[in-house]
Amino acid sequence: MTVEASYPEDLLYHPEHDWARIDAGLEEATLGITWYAQDALGEVVFFELPAVGSAVRKDEPYAEVESVKAVSDVIAPLSGEIIEVNGSVEQDPHVINTDPYGEGWLVRVRLSDPGEREALMDAGAYVASLGS
Amino acid sequence: MSSSEKRPPRARTPLFERHRDAGAKLVEFAGFEMPVEYEGVTAEHLAVREACGIFDVSHMGEIETSGAGALALLQRVLSNDVSAIAFGVEGGGAFAGGAQYSVLCREDGGVLDDVFTYRLDEHRYLTVTNAANHARDLEWFRSHAEGFADAQITDRIADYAMLAVQGPLARGFVQALSDSPLPARMTAAFRRLSGAEVLVCGTGYTGEDGVELLCRPEDAPTLWDQLVARGAKPAGLAARDTLRLEVCFHLYGNDLMVERGPIEAGLGWCCREHTGFIGAEAVRAVRETGPRERLAAFEIVTGGIARPGNEVLGGGVVTSGTMSPSLRTGIGLAYVPAERAEPGSELQIDVRGKIRSAVVKQKPLYRKAQ
Repeated sequence: MTVEASYPEDLLYHPEHDWARIDAGLEEATLGITWYAQDALGEVVFFELPAVGSAVRKDEPYAEVESVKAVSDVIAPLSGEIIEVNGSVEQDPHVINTDPYGEGWLVRVRLSDPGEREALMDAGAYVASLGS
Repeated sequence: MSSSEKRPPRARTPLFERHRDAGAKLVEFAGFEMPVEYEGVTAEHLAVREACGIFDVSHMGEIETSGAGALALLQRVLSNDVSAIAFGVEGGGAFAGGAQYSVLCREDGGVLDDVFTYRLDEHRYLTVTNAANHARDLEWFRSHAEGFADAQITDRIADYAMLAVQGPLARGFVQALSDSPLPARMTAAFRRLSGAEVLVCGTGYTGEDGVELLCRPEDAPTLWDQLVARGAKPAGLAARDTLRLEVCFHLYGNDLMVERGPIEAGLGWCCREHTGFIGAEAVRAVRETGPRERLAAFEIVTGGIARPGNEVLGGGVVTSGTMSPSLRTGIGLAYVPAERAEPGSELQIDVRGKIRSAVVKQKPLYRKAQ
């Protein structure tokens, strides 16, 4: 992939290479996979969205992302209920590679326990964890 | 994982630096460190379908069989009729030898490898093997050569690098470097490309026109650079896999294995039992009675990608599966009970607990628009 590595400061990170952008009200969050995850996968060729209304639990898979050779679980960094899914990634999953924090977002979740965010890493801690 | 853990060193092709410098994602394949993708599989795949891609396939092996007894030995070892490989045919204005696909079978008909054999001279043939099988093939050739007078087996794996230049523009790019017209499809001949002696083969494994180039390892980087400069797009193993699967070419280790015979794999066309090749009796018996299972090509109709090892409900197993960049749907090959292998037959495939519906299609799955 040609896109440069990046880890935005306004996101929180889960060690399984997932990110969460928590809204100001702390009630909802957008979830996706990190630059590191998409780079390790290679070109994403298939992504099937979970159903709106389904529950996600922190540290548990809520979807699968497929590259040419591998299938990987997508882990929820926070718990809640899916309130919106990004239909465009199902049509063109390659956007997960080209814009993992923007057009490549996966789902929006209504958080059931906003306090869970305390267990996530900020960008600096996440980048440091990649170096090990 | 401990850093002191001993791992076997991975071999590198003469083009390793080119791949690394191009930012390729490298993986281990058959003991070699090979590029799986550069920019992305879809772009590389489509470049081959629409223009030209270039693959480093230097991990593949070469076995030379020579001497007055070469033909008799190859008739025994290879399933096809090696006497049908032409020599001295007019290939693009110059003399060339023929090329032929075949399998190596055990006595029980189990497939040891699938190979291309090129005729280099009256009594000289070059067989290109799959990397993972090369050592076993070489031993197989040698053990059977003992019974044949004047048949020499030479391991040529270290003598050749191999580039596959594939796509509608491929021949033009290679022709521009060549001292004389390129050999026609399914023939091979030595040419000088930018001064280097290269065996140019009118073959490939992508379903597109193009050539495969066997050259000295030290000449490979310059050839690579010149072809890339003309517009050949570096393409990795991932695109090679999606391209071959769309046209239903077999991949050894996935679709072919010693536990399966050529008839059930749909390779009866390259088996000529009258030549008396090793395994001919077993192959003939299956051809007459019909195999229990057949390798069927399928398209997924409900979305998703079936993967090797996924089970077909009611019997059968997926051996290859991918997302087809040309068809934009999940495709694959599966061994299924013979009565369910006909086009139109519906299959239910268990993909990690989700049942995906697929339909058996006529091979090849992808056909170029006329």
